[in-house]
Amino acid sequence: MLELRNLVFEVPVSEGSKETKRIIDDLSLVIPDDSFTVITGPNGGGKSTLAKLIMGIEQATSGQILLDGEDITELSITERAQRGIGYGFQQPARFKGMKVKKLLEIAAGERLPMLSCNQYLAKVGLCSADWLTREVDKNLSGGEVKRIEIATMLARNPKLAIYDEPEAGIDLWSFDRLTETFRQIHDAGEGHSIIIISHQERLIRLADRIVLLEGGRVSAEGPTEEVMPQLGLARKMVAGCALTEPTRLHITEIPTTC
Amino acid sequence: MAVDLSPIDESLLATIANIHGMPKGAFNIRRDGKLVERHSSAYIEIETKTDNPGIDIKVKPGTKGETVFIPVIVTQSGLKDVVYNTFYIGDDCDVEIIAGCGIHNDSHAASEHDGIHSFHIGKNSRIKYIEKHYGEGEGTGERILNPTTNVYMDENSYCEMEMLQLRGVTSTVRDTNAKLGAGAKLVLTERLLTHDDQTATSNVLIELEGEDSSVQIISRSVAQDRSVQTFNPLVVGKAACRGHVQCDAIIMGDAKVKSIPGIEADSPDAILMHEAAIGKIAGEQITKLMTLGLSEEEAEQEILDDFLS
Repeated sequence: MLELRNLVFEVPVSEGSKETKRIIDDLSLVIPDDSFTVITGPNGGGKSTLAKLIMGIEQATSGQILLDGEDITELSITERAQRGIGYGFQQPARFKGMKVKKLLEIAAGERLPMLSCNQYLAKVGLCSADWLTREVDKNLSGGEVKRIEIATMLARNPKLAIYDEPEAGIDLWSFDRLTETFRQIHDAGEGHSIIIISHQERLIRLADRIVLLEGGRVSAEGPTEEVMPQLGLARKMVAGCALTEPTRLHITEIPTTC
Repeated sequence: MAVDLSPIDESLLATIANIHGMPKGAFNIRRDGKLVERHSSAYIEIETKTDNPGIDIKVKPGTKGETVFIPVIVTQSGLKDVVYNTFYIGDDCDVEIIAGCGIHNDSHAASEHDGIHSFHIGKNSRIKYIEKHYGEGEGTGERILNPTTNVYMDENSYCEMEMLQLRGVTSTVRDTNAKLGAGAKLVLTERLLTHDDQTATSNVLIELEGEDSSVQIISRSVAQDRSVQTFNPLVVGKAACRGHVQCDAIIMGDAKVKSIPGIEADSPDAILMHEAAIGKIAGEQITKLMTLGLSEEEAEQEILDDFLS
């Protein structure tokens, strides 16, 4: 279980300035085990920052982060990773000379047979065995590197997986497969939790909990069926309107990126 | 092994040429300026030069699937070893050549090895050449390696050269020159790591003389501590040809890197391109690997190992 207690994250309003602005504002939240949570909300609401604070990529100004009762607020990224937190980057880093297979093995923490690697890659729509020997460098397209990023998360299989906008840069065909993969991870029943930062309606519907983040605070939180109507998706849910309504969020405060 | 090699010798040979025991096929092992052991094969003849120190390696036309080993080790401090090795590769061959030099210097006096390698590659032949340079030892004596490589490629020949300088070489000046005939293709890969106060200079001159000849130069280097590196590759296109030069360097500590890739077209049909980049390891790369459980130091090492792989 992940518990955030009165989390605050402030940054200077400009470089060198003593004046600060709050990105995360006294936020408290509990992510239970075996849960699938989508954190959504308007741009600039603090979603990605919150994900980075959980992973340790950013350090909280004040407040506490507890994983399974242990205070991990002061722990490094490495230590949090070793305790079972995983992070799928919105814009993954590229590495000259690093083969896809090597990256998957680092993620898994062990040598992997070709078959396992291919299975991880197939789940993100990279079906050719040639992928294993390709380098994770600038020759890959944005969508390809993003799919490899998700494959590394599958290889790592963390207790708590955080995905920052996994759908960004992924084509529609792969997106279908991706939603299916998230569903499978959740249904695997290993007690693992998933947190997805997303605006994508289909991902939101897939989750069993929604957290709506606005202005660095939780403005709504709860089971999907309860919070969903507050997101402005109600008209889409009216029977008979499915063909006439676009498949995206309606309210202007929550732009889509798909 | 019939020949008396010390554990240091054996370790150096394993590092630079992956040799464990005497290799199969043709080989020539040189230690401290003297021949240790030599073996010719049915298709590859190795002979001592009559004019200069060194050897002539003659590969008969049509030789395929053979490997030649010509490693050099220097364990004696204060020694300057200059050697000329000339390869005559016949037409229609397909052979692999493993060279390299390892210096173990525990003393205060400098040890130096200057290898001048020349390759005459026959028509339609394919060559893979691997050269590793490595230095070790506790002494303050400099470990100096100044290799010169000259390549002459006949019609439709193909040559892949991998030149690696691992750790421990105090100073190096590398000169690599090649002239390519019609349809010839050269792929030159250079990997270099310098540390402490080491210096490395690499000069490359490739002349694309024949129609449809092509060259690809890939240089990747890591400069650590206070080391200084200079890259100076130049591709000259004299016919309808293609050339690509790529220099990438990771810079760390107080190191300095100068990268001056050059292209020169003497023919309007020459298509030449160069790119060069020098930069630190990106913070996002370290962060990514840390999220996969590596420490910051492990992440940095992993990035360097892959970059130079």
